[in-house]
Amino acid sequence: MLRLGHRPDALIEVLHTVQQSFGYLDDDALRYVSTSLHVPLSKAYGVATFYSLFTLRPQGEHTCVVCTGTACHIKGSTMILNRIRSRFGIGPKQTTADNQISLLTARCLGACSIAPAVVYDGEAKGKQAPDDVIARLEEW
Amino acid sequence: MSFNLTPVLTAQWGLDQSWTLGAYERADGYQALRQALDMEPDALIQLVKDSGLRGRGGAGFPTGMKWGFIPQGDGKPHYLVVNADESEPGTCKDIPMMMASPHTLIEGVIIAAYAIRANHAFIYVRGEVLHVIRRLLNAVAEARAAGYVGRNILGKSFDLELTVHIGAGAYICGEETALLESLEGFRGQPRLRPPFPAVEGLYACPTVINNVETISSVPAIVRGGAQWFRSMGTEKSPGFKIFSLSGHVARPGQYEAPLGITLRELLDATGGMREGHELKFWTPGGSSTPLFTAEHLDVPLDFEGPPQHGSMLGTTALQLFDETTCVVRAVKRWSEFYAHESCGKCTPCREGTFWYVQIYERLENGTATEEDIETLLDLSDNILGRAFCALGDGATSPVTSSIQFFRDEYVAHFEQGGCPFDPVASTVFAGASA
Ligand SMILES: Cc1cc2nc3c(=O)[nH]c(=O)nc-3n(C[C@H](O)[C@H](O)[C@H](O)COP(=O)(O)O)c2cc1C
Ligand code: SF4
Ligand code: FES
Repeated sequence: MLRLGHRPDALIEVLHTVQQSFGYLDDDALRYVSTSLHVPLSKAYGVATFYSLFTLRPQGEHTCVVCTGTACHIKGSTMILNRIRSRFGIGPKQTTADNQISLLTARCLGACSIAPAVVYDGEAKGKQAPDDVIARLEEW
Repeated sequence: MSFNLTPVLTAQWGLDQSWTLGAYERADGYQALRQALDMEPDALIQLVKDSGLRGRGGAGFPTGMKWGFIPQGDGKPHYLVVNADESEPGTCKDIPMMMASPHTLIEGVIIAAYAIRANHAFIYVRGEVLHVIRRLLNAVAEARAAGYVGRNILGKSFDLELTVHIGAGAYICGEETALLESLEGFRGQPRLRPPFPAVEGLYACPTVINNVETISSVPAIVRGGAQWFRSMGTEKSPGFKIFSLSGHVARPGQYEAPLGITLRELLDATGGMREGHELKFWTPGGSSTPLFTAEHLDVPLDFEGPPQHGSMLGTTALQLFDETTCVVRAVKRWSEFYAHESCGKCTPCREGTFWYVQIYERLENGTATEEDIETLLDLSDNILGRAFCALGDGATSPVTSSIQFFRDEYVAHFEQGGCPFDPVASTVFAGASA
């Protein structure tokens, strides 16, 4: 926060930084950010819930993001999600009980030419069949 | 017309380490900047006006005219904001552009900022694409170290600060006024216009907002001149453009071509549809542009062509679907997207997109009726033209156009008690044991 200065308009950048450091934004973090930047808590909360990249819940060790944009949907992303659910018992925005894997979905990632796209811990992979995804997640 | 590739924007994508400053400079990079800084800012604006360059972010607004709206000598700071939020479903031209040749964009930014007399520029990048963010940050650091960004650029009395701003995941932030709200640290909700950003934009100061591809086209125009640029494309839509081909095609990818090319020509040059299948429907420019069918293969893809047939050029994100695809299923997915991304500021869009999704769920599970089709059309009527920003209008595009061309398929959904298509046939793993 020192690096970004205590300007109210740095709110989004500060939230990014806090989430990077702590994995998610809990009440204490939001309260701290709002006091230091002199923005109302309601604004900090409003911004944190408006943008889909911010999460108010802790995440697992690894994250798997399945694109559910239309190109990926048509090319099989729903079947990927179904397989993950039956193998690991989690749906979108859920984390396995052992805290290993968080499953997320994303809107079109601009990778339609390699649909269906899946991002494993920040690394995007195309043309994923359900078997590929399950194999990859089992390695985690 | 035969297929005439115009590799200008994409010319350097294949170079070894094309994203580094060294590779870019070896291919004459930053020469346009030297030329531009020797010109008067107004002469640069005139050059861009003469070239006929139009915005590549979807609306096709003349770029030179937009720059010309910035009041001069007003004593206020001016800002340049590059819209790199690329989120229109199917659109994937700006992200590869920034990955392959970030310095083309940065050079364009410096030239554009000089022309509108801005000393601070922002690149607003979509937060989901970490690899792009890293690449841009590295490229900006290289440009700064080489003296292209910072104080007294190339020894001239021109200073420019360049900030890469990371978005946080909201489609609406691509809308230019919502983007400004977001840059100022608020929830991204559109602002009322007027005042237009050219007069009161970022921090209530004159601001130009341009798409990545628009700004990336500027260095080539400075080097080649307005006449050269006009030698490509059509009279009202000059120049080249990146077309993103995706869906059930043999070779999906980014193809640079002159504006006015047709989908048929693009398909002929790239191997057509996936083998054994035929085109059923397609979007000319992302999901917010009304669907086309095989009837429209010969529509010239420039800013004038698609509107004559009830659609728009949009972002030239050509998503093609073949006969194995259920149009209701595709439109349902798009509607869910709009419902999720609606910022909630105005009622027609917030409520209308919610009801769309309810009806599409009924269609898919076979409990819809004829009346539901009428309700979809009625809802669309109430959104189109009444929504606060273009997101709402865009949401109606796939709905009304799909009913127009494929009403029978909607009817089949309630006559047969659900979707008549096999969802596996349209996937990449069709035929495999999935
Ligand atoms: C909902 C919505 C989303 C948009 N998303 C983008 C986007 O991701 N990138 C973009 O350049 N323009 C986007 N636009 C268009 C911008 O509002 C604006 O017209 C454009 O950035 C202007 O740049 P240009 O003149 O260079 O085309 C969007 C518009 C709307 C209504
Ligand atoms: S049309 Fe939709 S996205 Fe645009 S302001 Fe209204 S609610 Fe928000
Ligand atoms: S729909 Fe998945 S990348 Fe576009």
